[in-house]
Amino acid sequence: MQNLTLLDGQKFQITIQRLCHQLIENHDDFSNSVILGIQPRGIYLANRIASELKQILPQANILHGSLDITFFRDDFRRREIPLLPNATSIDFIIEGKKVILVDDVLWTGRTIRSAMDAMLAFGRPQKVELLVLVDRRFSRDLPIEPDYIGIQVDSINSQRVIVSWKETDKEDTVILLSEKD
Amino acid sequence: MADQNRGLSTKHLLGIKDLNERDIQLIFETADTFKDVLNRPIKKVPSLRDVTIANVFFENSTRTRLSFELAQKRLSADTINFAASSSSVSKGETLIDTVNNILAMKVDMIVMRHPYPGAGVFLSKHVNAQIVNAGDGAHEHPTQALLDAFSIREKLGDVAGKKVAIIGDILHSRVALSNILCLQMLGAEVMVCGPTTLIPKYIKSLGVKVEYNLMNALNWCDVANMLRIQMERQDIKYFPSLREYSMMYGVNKQILDSLDKEIVIMHPGPINRGVEITSDVADSKQSIILDQVENGVAIRMAVLYLLAGQKP
Repeated sequence: MQNLTLLDGQKFQITIQRLCHQLIENHDDFSNSVILGIQPRGIYLANRIASELKQILPQANILHGSLDITFFRDDFRRREIPLLPNATSIDFIIEGKKVILVDDVLWTGRTIRSAMDAMLAFGRPQKVELLVLVDRRFSRDLPIEPDYIGIQVDSINSQRVIVSWKETDKEDTVILLSEKD
Repeated sequence: MADQNRGLSTKHLLGIKDLNERDIQLIFETADTFKDVLNRPIKKVPSLRDVTIANVFFENSTRTRLSFELAQKRLSADTINFAASSSSVSKGETLIDTVNNILAMKVDMIVMRHPYPGAGVFLSKHVNAQIVNAGDGAHEHPTQALLDAFSIREKLGDVAGKKVAIIGDILHSRVALSNILCLQMLGAEVMVCGPTTLIPKYIKSLGVKVEYNLMNALNWCDVANMLRIQMERQDIKYFPSLREYSMMYGVNKQILDSLDKEIVIMHPGPINRGVEITSDVADSKQSIILDQVENGVAIRMAVLYLLAGQKP
């Protein structure tokens, strides 16, 4: 296994801040916007973005929740055992709102397709945007592109991108793992 | 976050006997999420959209059949219903033939209720489909036991360490056996209580307490699961009269109020009001009978999801 660190320390922090400022450009005071982190790994980024936004805009009310997509996946009965669900917590209304879907890594785009399906069970948003920390470009299975990107990575299928968070894994890093042959 | 590399240890759900504690916890955790789904404005998820399920009922049922059917529809499965009374079974077709004919129509899963114990096990060995037992004679009724334990967990926080008394017609009850196995696996203490004639002779070998006095049982337990007298299975008289049974083993509000603690009342249905429990008990705050029915859909969704999700 070979590790390549793509983001860590101050650079990681700067990337998050840049994403926040890009969001503010499009969403002003977030009075008509909500943030949805995709379970299981997107919620850490969503929480981080939300708390960072609160510091930049102290008077704004930033609504953020988590969305589980397990029951909307397209690989049910195609893997050995079904994936287990996580909690969905959306205690606000998304009907007519601008929704920002948040996930850590965008790869094939299948998760995002499921997320759009799952989200529609809660209402019809006015607009949906996608924010990701890592975009593994040129590897999409579906026609889905992000609106806000932390970093772009060129990777091959056998490689893995691992995002770690201070809250659960002690430090903020993005690592590209390659199988050594 | 749930450990993603867990699946059920079994391909069919024939009885609690085939499950282990991990399976049960897995079903509960999955049911928690489905309960959340059932409280949304859109209560449907598309997981089982390419799965076809046949509900094959050789015995009458209201709750279980409706609950299974609703669980299947909430999961977007295609369902067909079959009731023996209105079918070719009365023309002399065998069980395997009936089921194979259903399977020839490309059905993936069978939910079956049958009057004979072991019918599900037998079928699972002879046909190529996943079988879910919805009650086989006086043997097992696994989804009922799961939803009962799930309801206790929801009401009291945990099943482990709780004292559960199963009261009534133990001899003819499939709910009793599945409940005993399930509750014990989760670390609860179980007692059975009823007239001597309705307690099976060797029930102690399951490690349960046996009590013939209703007041002793109620004073001991945290949860009382009241069972119906199964008249349709009683070929001989087991007690002199229903009136006498209800005087000895029926629970009414006065009895409940005379206890020095508040116990939880459960009933798998159908209730014979005025026999095993009176109306004021069935409709009291201590009763979680309707919660059981609500949880039944979530538990059955979890079971179907986890079974159908295995690679065919």
